[in-house]
Amino acid sequence: MRYTVEVRVMPRPALLDPQGQAVEHALDALGFAGTAKVRVGRALTFELDITGDRTAAERSVRQMCERLLANPVTEDFTISLEETG
Amino acid sequence: MRVAVVRFPGSNCDADTWRAVRGAGADAFYLWHRSRDLAGADAVIIPGGFAYGDYLRAGAIARFSPVLTAVQAFAAEGGPVLGICNGFQVLCEAGLLPGALVPNANLAFLSRPVDVRVESVVTPFTAAFAPGAIFRVPIAHGQGRYVAPPEVLDQLEAEGQVVLRYVDDNPNGSMHAIAGVMNDGRNVVGMMPHPERAASTILGETAGALVFASLVQRDQVLQGGTR
Repeated sequence: MRYTVEVRVMPRPALLDPQGQAVEHALDALGFAGTAKVRVGRALTFELDITGDRTAAERSVRQMCERLLANPVTEDFTISLEETG
Repeated sequence: MRVAVVRFPGSNCDADTWRAVRGAGADAFYLWHRSRDLAGADAVIIPGGFAYGDYLRAGAIARFSPVLTAVQAFAAEGGPVLGICNGFQVLCEAGLLPGALVPNANLAFLSRPVDVRVESVVTPFTAAFAPGAIFRVPIAHGQGRYVAPPEVLDQLEAEGQVVLRYVDDNPNGSMHAIAGVMNDGRNVVGMMPHPERAASTILGETAGALVFASLVQRDQVLQGGTR
């Protein structure tokens, strides 16, 4: 199966996110009132060709996150998969 | 005593570190990160820089270089390993040291001298310091804020695994003002400050030389003072 994968990696809620704070201040300065708790993470997208079902694909992406894409000490991740053929 | 200074694409403190090790009287040599063994090294230093351009996260890709497998085995046997700045980030990413280093709290790249206190002299890289000594040493990093879960911080404090702590001024917002830590085996040490940049009179500060002298002193003790 071929999947389009999107992985979202975010700093842990308990961790100070100075980038999020800087963006929040900038939004405020631009006049966008009412924004709060801005946090900056990163998104990765890729295609995955894998033999096996969706569970196997999810397992594989989860391992990618645990080993490389996210830091288990400071970051959480979410995975979404879309079948592309 | 042979000390390997590991070189990655993007290392930039390798030559200073090599020189500081030589200055302490040990035989420093460069070791390319693709090496699968440590070429008989008695100690390993991962120097500062921007291995793999810090892509993804500082140290995240460097930790999968072949040499890290050898470093992990060496560390597991009690071999002395030091990570300086980017080397500290690599050792955390590799799981050889607890915690992580994230972007500085003020988001600035900090390049200036700081004062740090030696919190433990029971490591191969701080044995030559007086307990509690404070010395001035440069930092140069964008991602030097040390963070760890509360239970890990408690353990580090309880077991005396904090090696260096910023005094007066916590430049990057590190938890517990931590500038350097060790593993529970007390043989792997990581620090954000650059002792190799404070290791000779021409650099203005000299106390950093004691980090490298510690290693040589330890070797002399192990050799029964015969070298």
